[in-house]
Amino acid sequence: MTRHTLSVLVENKPGLLVRVAGLFARRGFNIDSLAVGPTEHEEISRMTIVVNCEERPLEQVTKQLNRLINVLKIVELDPASAVQRELMLVKVRADLETRSRVLETVALFRAKVVDVATDAVTVEATGNKEKLEALIKVLQPFGIKELVQSGMVAVGRGGRSITDRALRPVERSA
Amino acid sequence: MTEQTTPAGHAPSPRDLAARASAAAAPGIARDAVPSVSTPQVTGTPQVPGNGGPAGSRQAAASPSAPANGAPAVPGQHAGAAPAQAGPSGAAPAVLPRQVTGAQALIMALEQLGTEIVFGLPGGAILPAYDPLLDSERVRHILVRHEQGAGHAATGYAQATGRVGVCMATSGPGATNLVTPIADAYMDSVPLVAITGQIPSSLIGTDGFQEADISGITLPITKHNFLVTRAGDIARTMGEAFHLASTGRPGPVLVDISKDALQATTEFRWPVPFDLPGYHPVTRPHSRQVREAARLIASARRPVLYVGGGVIKARAHRELRQLAELTGAPIVTTLMARGAFPDSHPQHLGMPGMHGNVAAVGALQKADLLVALGARFDDRVTGRLDSFAPDAAVVHADIDPAEISKNRHADVPIVGDCREVITELIAAVASEHEAGQAGDLTEWWAQLDHWRRTYPLGYEQPQDGSLAPQYVIERIGKIAGPEAIYVAGVGQHQMWAAQFISYENPATWLNSGGLGTMGYAVPAAMGAKMGCPQTCVWAIDGDGCFQMTNQELATCALEGIPIKVAIINNGNLGMVRQWQTLFYNGRYSNTDLHSRQDQPTSAGTRVPDFVKLAEAYGCAGIRCETPDRVDAVIEEAMKINDRPVVVDFIVHRDAMVWPMVAAGTGNDDIKVARDMAPDWDVTE
Repeated sequence: MTRHTLSVLVENKPGLLVRVAGLFARRGFNIDSLAVGPTEHEEISRMTIVVNCEERPLEQVTKQLNRLINVLKIVELDPASAVQRELMLVKVRADLETRSRVLETVALFRAKVVDVATDAVTVEATGNKEKLEALIKVLQPFGIKELVQSGMVAVGRGGRSITDRALRPVERSA
Repeated sequence: MTEQTTPAGHAPSPRDLAARASAAAAPGIARDAVPSVSTPQVTGTPQVPGNGGPAGSRQAAASPSAPANGAPAVPGQHAGAAPAQAGPSGAAPAVLPRQVTGAQALIMALEQLGTEIVFGLPGGAILPAYDPLLDSERVRHILVRHEQGAGHAATGYAQATGRVGVCMATSGPGATNLVTPIADAYMDSVPLVAITGQIPSSLIGTDGFQEADISGITLPITKHNFLVTRAGDIARTMGEAFHLASTGRPGPVLVDISKDALQATTEFRWPVPFDLPGYHPVTRPHSRQVREAARLIASARRPVLYVGGGVIKARAHRELRQLAELTGAPIVTTLMARGAFPDSHPQHLGMPGMHGNVAAVGALQKADLLVALGARFDDRVTGRLDSFAPDAAVVHADIDPAEISKNRHADVPIVGDCREVITELIAAVASEHEAGQAGDLTEWWAQLDHWRRTYPLGYEQPQDGSLAPQYVIERIGKIAGPEAIYVAGVGQHQMWAAQFISYENPATWLNSGGLGTMGYAVPAAMGAKMGCPQTCVWAIDGDGCFQMTNQELATCALEGIPIKVAIINNGNLGMVRQWQTLFYNGRYSNTDLHSRQDQPTSAGTRVPDFVKLAEAYGCAGIRCETPDRVDAVIEEAMKINDRPVVVDFIVHRDAMVWPMVAAGTGNDDIKVARDMAPDWDVTE
C-alpha cells in the first residue's frame, strides 16, 4: 500500500463534500486525510485527498470521482515534485517549571506559540506528516492537552497551475 | 397481432409497427411522422411564440438518443441536447422571456424537452406543479396508485422507447416511495428523471411535515441530483437533468424542488444554457485502441463477443450483427442484452451467467479473447472472478470509464459509445482481413456446436399432468411473437422468460437485471405500453412479484393501457424456494405464499384469487391449470385489447431453473441439472 495525494478540483456547490466522502465510504476506499478550501477561481474549490491504496484501486477511485458531475479535474501529486503541508495546533501542558523547555522544543521545530496560559501554551506548527509526528513525539512527555490537525494540502512545484495543465493526470486513464 | 386501442389523447410512439425498424435507426425521422399535437400552451400565460413549437420539441425528444446515435459529443459543448443547439450559439430563442411561476416554468420546460408522459401522484409539496399540468396539452399525466409504480412505469417507458422517462411525486413519503425504482434505474442505466416536491426552503432541516432529505437519500443511487430552491433555476435544472439522464452512460437524475420555488414568480426563457463544466462523456473511441482490438480479434482462435445492455442503449444492434458476421465469432447476450442479437442467428449461443446456456458459459470459460461490448462483468455473469475466463485476453468497450478494469482487467480498454466503437471495429477488422489476418475458428465452432447439441436448454414436463412454467412462457413467446414486448418480474419466471422466449429485436425484453426488483413487471409493462401503444406488451410475473405492485392494474384499466399479465403462479417465492431445495436441505422457511391450515396442498396462490382480483380492477381475468388449455387461453388474452388481461397460470411448484452456477462457485462448476455437470473435454 502506498500513499497517494489527489488534488481534486470541484465546483463550489452545496453538498459536494458529502458526494465525495460518500463515494469513498460506499466503494470501500479509506481516506487518510481530506482538506477543502477555495481557490483562485471563485466557483472552484480544491480538495486534497490522501488515500492509502494500491495502483489499481487508485485508478478506480479516480474514475469513480470523475463520474461525479461536479468534479472538474483530478491530478495525482507526486510527493517528489510537490509541496505538502499540514497545519497543527497543539495545546501543551507548560507551567513555570517546564515552559522554557517547551519553548525550546517549539523553536527547534520552527513552530510558534500562538497562545499562552498559566498552565499551558498553544503551539502552531506546519509541515509534512513526518515533521508533525516528530513534534508530537517530543511534546508528549510534557503532556498534550488538546490536538487538532488540518489535513494535508499540497501544490505542485514549479510555475505551472493544475488549473491549466495537469502534472500527472489520472483522469480517464482507461 | 391486432390492437385497436390507443390510449386517449396519446400520440402513437415512433417505435410502433412498421416504424419500429426505422425508428431504431433514425428516431428523429420516425418521430416526425407522429401526428401533430396542439400548440404549446400553459394556462394563465400568453401563447408560446412559434419557433419552439411541436416540431422543435419533438427534436428535443429525440435528443436523448442522440449520443447513442453516433453524434459525437464535443467536450465542453452539449452537442446532443436541443437546448444547447440554439442556446449559447446565439440563435433565436425558442421561447421569449416572460413572467411565470416556478411551477409553470417546470411544466413548460417539460414541454420544451419533448415530454409526452409523466407518471406520478400529487401531494402537498408538489401541488403547485399539478395546477399548470392540468392545462398542458402536450404533457399527459398518468395518475398511478403508488409512487413506486410511477418510477417503474417511467423506467419501462424509457427502456421500450429509448427516451427519457419522467415520474413525479410529492415530498417525504412520496419521494421515498421512488427510491426503489430510482435504484433500479441506476443499476440498469435507465434514462429517468424523477421530480419531487420539497417542503418550503425556509422549513428544510426542521423536520417539517412530510420532509425527507431525498437528495441526500438518493445520492448513491442517482447519476446526479439537484435540490432547487429558486424558481429561476427550475428550467435550466430540468434541461440539465434531461441531458445528464440521457447522454453518456444513461441513468436516473432526481430534481427536488421546494414548494416556495414552485410558487415564486420567475422569468421563463428557453433554451437555457447548461452549467455543467465537469460533464464531458467520451463517445468517440480512441483509434489506436480500436486498431489494437481489431488485431486481437483477427488473430484470436477462440474469440467471443460478450454483449451487454449498452449495445441496446446505443442502438448498435445492426452494427453488432455486421461485426459478428464479419468476424464469424460466437455471440453471447447477457440478461440485459437479450434481443440485441437475434436468437435465431446461428452465431448466437444465448445467455451466459448463473442461469446461462452451457455453450454460452463454456464459450466464455474457454475463450482466448473476450470482446466485451457495453457489458460490465457482473458477478452473475462471471461467477467467481478468479476462475472466470482464465485464458482470455480482454477487450472491454464501455461508455463509462469506471466500468473498465473494475472487476476484470482489460488488456485493451476502449472508452466510447458502443455504436461508434463497433462501427470503427468493423472497419479495423476488415482492414486486418484485407491484410490477410484472420483467425481460423473451425475448431472453436466444432467445440461450441458440440456443447450446443449436447446441452441444449430444456425442461421436464411434470409427471402429474400439471403445468410446467417453462412451457407456459415458451408458448406465450411463440404466440405473441418476436414483435411483442416482454416485461418480467424477478425470480424463476424471469430466468425462464430470458431462456425460453426467442428475442429477435432490441428493447423487446425489459427486466430488472441489476437491482432485481420484485414488483417491476406490472408498472414497467404499463410504461412500455404507454411508450409503444400499438405493440403487444406481456408482463410475465410471479405470484410473489405480482402482489407487490398489482395496484397499477387500476391505473391501466382507467387510463386505457391494455397490458397483458401472465402470472406464473406456483404459490411460492420460487427462486428462494429453489435455493432452499438446493442449499438448505429443503427446509422451506417462509417461501410458501399459499398455505392455509384447511388446504395445505392446494397448488398456486389462491388468496387472493387473482381472477377475481383482476375483475375487481376492471381487467379481464382468466385462469389456466392444464397444458391443453394453454394455447387457447393465450389466444383469448391476445384478443382482448379494450382492457388489461390477467392470466393466472397455476404451475408446478417444484420446477427449477437450470443450468445453474451456484453462488460463490466458478463458471466451470455449472450444473445442467441437479448433480449433473457437463463434460467439458469431450469432443466428437
